[in-house]
Amino acid sequence: MSELDDLYQEVILDHNKSPRNFRVMAAANRRAEGYNPLCGDQVTVFVQVEDGVIKDISFQGSGCAISKASASMMTTELKGKPESAAHELFENVHHMLTGEAGGENGSERVGKLAILSGVCKFPARVKCASLAWHTMESALKGEQQPAKTE
Amino acid sequence: MNAVPQKTDAIMALNKFDVARVRQDFPILSAKVHGKPLVYFDNGATSQKPQCVIDAIDHYYRFENSNIHRGVHHLSERATAAYETARGKLRGFINAGSVKEIIFVRGTTEAINLVAQSYGRAFIKAGDEIIVSAMEHHSNIVPWQMLCEQVGAKLRVIPINHDGEIVMEEYERLLNDKTKFVSVTHVSNALGTVVPVKNIIALAHARGVPVLLDGAQAVPHLKIDVRDLDCDFYAFSGHKMFGPTGVGVLYGRAELLEKMPPYQGGGDMISLVTFEKTHYNVLPYKFEAGTPNIADGIALGAAVDYLRALDWPSVVAHEDQLLRYATAALERIPALRIIGTAKEKAGVLSFVFDHVHAHDVGTILDQEGVAVRAGHHCAMPVMQRFGVPATARVSFAFYNTIEEIDVLVRAIEHVLKVFG
Repeated sequence: MSELDDLYQEVILDHNKSPRNFRVMAAANRRAEGYNPLCGDQVTVFVQVEDGVIKDISFQGSGCAISKASASMMTTELKGKPESAAHELFENVHHMLTGEAGGENGSERVGKLAILSGVCKFPARVKCASLAWHTMESALKGEQQPAKTE
Repeated sequence: MNAVPQKTDAIMALNKFDVARVRQDFPILSAKVHGKPLVYFDNGATSQKPQCVIDAIDHYYRFENSNIHRGVHHLSERATAAYETARGKLRGFINAGSVKEIIFVRGTTEAINLVAQSYGRAFIKAGDEIIVSAMEHHSNIVPWQMLCEQVGAKLRVIPINHDGEIVMEEYERLLNDKTKFVSVTHVSNALGTVVPVKNIIALAHARGVPVLLDGAQAVPHLKIDVRDLDCDFYAFSGHKMFGPTGVGVLYGRAELLEKMPPYQGGGDMISLVTFEKTHYNVLPYKFEAGTPNIADGIALGAAVDYLRALDWPSVVAHEDQLLRYATAALERIPALRIIGTAKEKAGVLSFVFDHVHAHDVGTILDQEGVAVRAGHHCAMPVMQRFGVPATARVSFAFYNTIEEIDVLVRAIEHVLKVFG
């Protein structure tokens, strides 16, 4: 498979076309905005946390296929997980995207999200894929400033 | 807009303008990207450099490197002469009346900041108004916003229509007794619109209001004559006109520059310094504090020599042909929408798909060796005006070819194959 096919896999294109949990969540008790000044991608992540567990998570915004698919997959992966697991997954995904994951073992730690591993061959696109994750992190931390990938 | 390019036009343009020969002057154009020939369509961001410009930098550091305007030794005299010769070439390039009016700066951004901070802080007061257009680059918005915050002035914005043209009636309505400055682009970087700057200047001058033109995107495409334009300031960057990065020019009318305070203080911009009082140097040095970018200034002079040796009418005809051919070709692609359809355009073709983000377009084109810009082009208000987050932008230089546009079209077809 070429690097390009690796990047735009069927699953990614599907999440781009029909993003999951793509909605405003009125019941959210955490939310944050993320912004990529390089390309103008914007995302808002909504989280409903109860007793340290992510009961519900959704997102809204505009962005490229990579950022949308990454956000969509993030929400499906994190729903029902404890907050601490979200942080750990963020770290592992980040390592995978920047190519620091150390091959096969790295992919194991991120489960289905390994489909995003093709991004590390496209350094200019790493920020697209990581935007929603940074935003989720600042939502959980309750930060006031919008998350940035810069 | 739907005019199919005439073959005879193409032949006429190519007869006078030998693009294959011109391409040999630019070493990087023979590069391969991802195993494919580079198709460089990101000239609006920065242009490529001809061998003579690269040689000028090399020659300076090998044979002339020395500080200017201070040494009495041989090398310093040579470096000073080379640098001032370059200033003279730039004067000729834009037909300024005097080399006193040619201020070397880092680029367009610094030129506009210089005017905003020097002219603006001295002559624009609380309650005054500054007019820009809705299609400015951030570098012609933010310096004025900063000034407005500092002095309590107000920024007014001329709207643009759906083709990306200035709405002149709205501009006339905005002009009033409080208007103290007009700063507009000559050619839009995001849309390619050639702005009717002569009308804009005439209307401002009728009220005694000075006008700055952001010429960053105009200098590589149009012949510039600042006296014919009758502008008060003209700002442009070297690196977009086949010269090096890190050097540009602010042209200013001498009588305005004379009454403006210095922008930065330091060496070279003074004639006498004591702890009681400092006397500033004469023009243009009053605005050139510190050791300048000597090598790149000299190399920008080499870029001017290169441009002046080209037959300019045939360059314009060739670029016009590229734009018309590309516009017609892209209009035939289903679901593709061109952003920026002004009657008068130069060098830029921005487009979007409803279902494919510009960033994804950019990545896939890159895999085919085609370099375009994908994003907001430092003109976020333009993106908001057209309701798009970003566009893919093809921007031409005279060394681009019709065949390269065919490669672009095939690459876009590949985008549509991936995204369905």
